[in-house]
Amino acid sequence: MKSRISMFFVAFIVWCLFNWVPDWQHLVIGGFVSAFVAFMVGDLFITRPHVLMHPSRYWYFFVYYLPMFLWECFKANLDVAYRVLHPRLPIYPGIVKVRTKLTTDTALTFLANSITLTPGTMSVDIDKDNGVLYIHWIDVKTKDVESATRIIVDRFEKVLKKIFD
Amino acid sequence: MINIIGLIFISIGLAFDVFGCLGLVRLPDVYCRLQAATKCVTLGTCSILFGTFLIVGFTAAGIKSLLCMIFLVLTAPVAAHAIARGAHRAGVKLWEGSIVDKYAEDKEGEAQNRIK
Repeated sequence: MKSRISMFFVAFIVWCLFNWVPDWQHLVIGGFVSAFVAFMVGDLFITRPHVLMHPSRYWYFFVYYLPMFLWECFKANLDVAYRVLHPRLPIYPGIVKVRTKLTTDTALTFLANSITLTPGTMSVDIDKDNGVLYIHWIDVKTKDVESATRIIVDRFEKVLKKIFD
Repeated sequence: MINIIGLIFISIGLAFDVFGCLGLVRLPDVYCRLQAATKCVTLGTCSILFGTFLIVGFTAAGIKSLLCMIFLVLTAPVAAHAIARGAHRAGVKLWEGSIVDKYAEDKEGEAQNRIK
């Protein structure tokens, strides 16, 4: 029930933003639509609603994760631009295997998305049971599982563990 | 003033989009091309949308462009992941200059175990 209620509020806020500036007709229709959406899919998206209640998680998300993510994203773009504009095309691609200690779905999703948008790496597959990610790396520095884990996963894993676990 | 900053953001975004498209043409195989496409096009398009938001302000179009940024950052990596996984499962080979392919090794082991 809690997850349905939080889903209702998320859907309602997104609806209000899409209908900016909201008047009462939009709000009434939005209430019906959000209730319908929350009733149909509420327990699919938010499986652990108690996570939403901790302020410290939001603090870590906005203060630690978001600036780090944006900075890495910017570096990734410069990296790709350099590789593409270089006349000899300096790439050494390959698919490596890394381990992760995260277990929940949301944390794994955010980890895979962060890895995809950071310099030179892109997640290809996740094996949730063994905690293994397969990463396509455009500039393979090491084939070893442990050292690849240290380079790619560690900086995000620490923050994401505090936010989502 | 705010118009000029917005226009600067839009030009940066356009430049990164061009780099992304260049990468799409120049890089050798599906996976490297996906890398260029996801990274450059995500930040490039986000930058264009943010420039639009700065120019039009908190109007209907501005709020929508902010929402589009969030959805783009959330969905572009998922699409790239799905395409890469599908391509690998369908048997698309890596570029011949590739160094290592742990995924194929592990999958072969899995297949052999299943046959036993």
